[in-house]
Amino acid sequence: MTSIHPETQHAEAALDHSKTHHQLGFWRKYVFSIDHKVIGIQYAITGLLFLFFGFCLMMLMRWQLAFPGRALPVIGKLFGESNMPGGIMLPEFYNQLGAMHGTIMVFLGVVPLGVGGFGNFVVPLQLGAPDMAFPRLNMASYWAYFLGGVTMLVSFFVPGGAAQAGWTSYPPLANLVPTGQTLWILGMLLLITSSLLGSVNFITTIIQLRAPGMSFWRLPFFVWAQFVTAFLLLLAFPALQAAGVMQLMDRVAGTSFFMPEGLVVSGQVAQISGGGSPLLWQHLFWFLAHPEVYVLILPAMGIVAEVIANNTRKPLWGYRPLVFSVMAIGVLSFVVWAHHMFLTGMGTAMSAFFQTTTMIISIPSVIILTCLLLSLWGGSIRFTTPMLFALAFLPMFAIGGLTGLPLGLATADIHLHDTYYVIGHFHYIVAPGSLFALFAGVYYWYPKATGRYMSSKLGHLHFWPTFLFMNGVFTPMLIQGMQGVQRRLFDGGETYYHAQDVLWLNEVMSWSAWGMALFQIPFIVNFFWSLKRGAVAPANAWDATTLEWAAPSPPPHGNFATPPRVYRGPYEYSVPQHEKDFLAQFDPDTGAPAPVTV
Amino acid sequence: MSEVIPYTVETRPDTGVNNVKLGIWLFLSSEVMLFGSLFAGYILLRVGNPQWGHGQSELSVPMATLNTAVLITSSVTMVLAWAACMERNFSRFRLFMASTVALGGVFMVIKYIEYSAKFHHGFFPSTSTFMAIYFTFTGLHALHVLAGMVVNGYFWLPGAKMFHSEPQRFANRVETAGLFWHFVDLVWIFLFPVLYLL
Amino acid sequence: MGTGSDLDLHEHIDVKKHVRTYIVVFVSLMALTLITVAVSYLDLSTGPAVALALLIASIKGSLVACYFMHLISERKLILVTMGFTMLAFFAVLLGPLLTEINEVGP
Repeated sequence: MTSIHPETQHAEAALDHSKTHHQLGFWRKYVFSIDHKVIGIQYAITGLLFLFFGFCLMMLMRWQLAFPGRALPVIGKLFGESNMPGGIMLPEFYNQLGAMHGTIMVFLGVVPLGVGGFGNFVVPLQLGAPDMAFPRLNMASYWAYFLGGVTMLVSFFVPGGAAQAGWTSYPPLANLVPTGQTLWILGMLLLITSSLLGSVNFITTIIQLRAPGMSFWRLPFFVWAQFVTAFLLLLAFPALQAAGVMQLMDRVAGTSFFMPEGLVVSGQVAQISGGGSPLLWQHLFWFLAHPEVYVLILPAMGIVAEVIANNTRKPLWGYRPLVFSVMAIGVLSFVVWAHHMFLTGMGTAMSAFFQTTTMIISIPSVIILTCLLLSLWGGSIRFTTPMLFALAFLPMFAIGGLTGLPLGLATADIHLHDTYYVIGHFHYIVAPGSLFALFAGVYYWYPKATGRYMSSKLGHLHFWPTFLFMNGVFTPMLIQGMQGVQRRLFDGGETYYHAQDVLWLNEVMSWSAWGMALFQIPFIVNFFWSLKRGAVAPANAWDATTLEWAAPSPPPHGNFATPPRVYRGPYEYSVPQHEKDFLAQFDPDTGAPAPVTV
Repeated sequence: MSEVIPYTVETRPDTGVNNVKLGIWLFLSSEVMLFGSLFAGYILLRVGNPQWGHGQSELSVPMATLNTAVLITSSVTMVLAWAACMERNFSRFRLFMASTVALGGVFMVIKYIEYSAKFHHGFFPSTSTFMAIYFTFTGLHALHVLAGMVVNGYFWLPGAKMFHSEPQRFANRVETAGLFWHFVDLVWIFLFPVLYLL
Repeated sequence: MGTGSDLDLHEHIDVKKHVRTYIVVFVSLMALTLITVAVSYLDLSTGPAVALALLIASIKGSLVACYFMHLISERKLILVTMGFTMLAFFAVLLGPLLTEINEVGP
């Protein structure tokens, strides 16, 4: 790259590209591409679509919760006689919506966007690498995810409908419900395969493809977060893979892995061998699902860290504590899972063990949050749209994390388990937590991917109402939960005496959810409008320090003409005695200390 | 060329490995967890079931012992195939790779005989949790044997062209396939006593 | 990138010595297989039977891992990765069991 102007750099890169690489047809370039950037965008768009779909499922549920037994006007009848006869929701359909909302948001939405989307697009660029270590495996991972997603969607249309035993698929119920559940298992097996292949790719890439001078201690925090996340996926997902195979055998081959003897179903003794254990499923499921929640939050924390450093024009406070904390979370997340099972009859010894590990794991989370908060102190804060979302993440994640503490203590959990309090707790972390961070990531890296900024006005119009409505949806859940309102009730607690005082909150939550939906429109409009009409962005759109900003916007195939050299750590902002308020990792800036040789 | 991925064949100096070597060990880590979870299931189900079937009376120990010998032998032929690659001896590579695939086939045939005998006598996965574990565990293992045979078969026949064009890269690939194959043998080494002898 | 570095060839120039090792390991594995089958007919109680079977299997497994899979001469990076894996392995293997045997009540 001899030119400093992004447009001519881009043109030069395009020339390079066509000289060294034969021209690919449309299908190989945009559909079956092995370029990590194309695959990242595929993951991101598919993930965003699934997030939207999962949101729609929830909005349907919120009608039933706010107005139980009432016909949904206009669109109610579209769902068919088996789901909503006369527009009135059946409990079975409510359960399908609930199970699929959870499954889709977690496995088809947040993780594909956070890891598949942002991880794939950004990590090789931040490492100074030309692509992922295994580009074809990368493509295979995306298509396995896509097929898994299709399988999940198809399950709505089979007789009996989609999975309806919760995203947690507990037996014996999960073994007995209609065919959709089998498709759920098959979909999960595909999704898990996708994740496993992806995590092999991420770990190898981060270890092997760092550019000269990029030691581990100079990695952006985002990369560290993705690194630990990949290990969580690699080692935890197989447990659900095994459990899924066993549940498949139970459903299809009549085995009794999870079915106890003496089971009576609808008044009749089940014709099974018995001898199985429903708790075995719970152990294997949660062995995955607990690390999974860290998979949901770690990339988000990584994004927030990048955006905060960039928009305070200061180095991140406590880079090493941040890194050690994220490693600690990784290790500890494997030994806390049974805090989801406090009420299953475990003895005091194991209960004490899991309570202890759960309390301990909150420490590194608090350290990370504190470091991010302290990073703001004394900063020159730029309230760009990504920064708005990153800032909001902090108190929202704090609420989510703090509300988790009583759940991690068995005595308090007796009262709160399986209530709306739990739903409020984890949604605070994952909705105004992770999802806000993912929005921040979209606004932040959009200029890199497209060469244009998103509109700031539309960004504010997206952010403020969404922030308001998020709290409108999830704070009442904490209140209802403490009152004892259970989760997964298709009438929102209407028939329960102890719920009467807090039933009115159902309507508050529903209107907040529908209001929130309205203000996602500015985001969607912004996303597409800015592709052609957004302000043109230079290569280093935000005056940032990490390597991805050295490449043109958008980067060509191969990313960098020659591998960039790394001269310093990732957050050298406001370095004294320098004209600019930032010193990029890739800026030679003669007079700087000698680089670390690889 | 900026699109070429570094360290696909040559080792990276500070880590001492190439990408594929690291990649396959990572994949094997996930497989350790997969079979580990199945073992965990076995342990939980067995401990909770006082009338657990005794492997020796319900299953054929001679056939499984033979299968164990078959797999161990195939592991040796696999590693000897790799050694032949390192010494650039094509015909010896061909011989040992073919033997590995063939022995894998023998394993599958013996498994087929075992399964058919079970079905013939009315023993299905649904018959008892012991049978459920037996069929699921050995079935999943057999699928891995099959996958290994496909990969090895590819290197024996169509893929062997690379032996002549890029011998070291080919040797690395054979080593990688070998690591998977040895792992499959390793799983059986634990599976055999646990299911058949205890 | 093409034929690979000479360094690899030098490292394995002792392939003949490795082959001898493989044969020794092969014979040991066969012997241990026969031993584990023979021992199973000794009619031990469950505890010792399980312990002995797992011990022999672990020895066999270690031989395969160390010599066929070259772990004994492998890089620290690979060993560390497998180390973490083994920790997770024991967590999933023993966690559910320990939780379930520590039951509430009589």
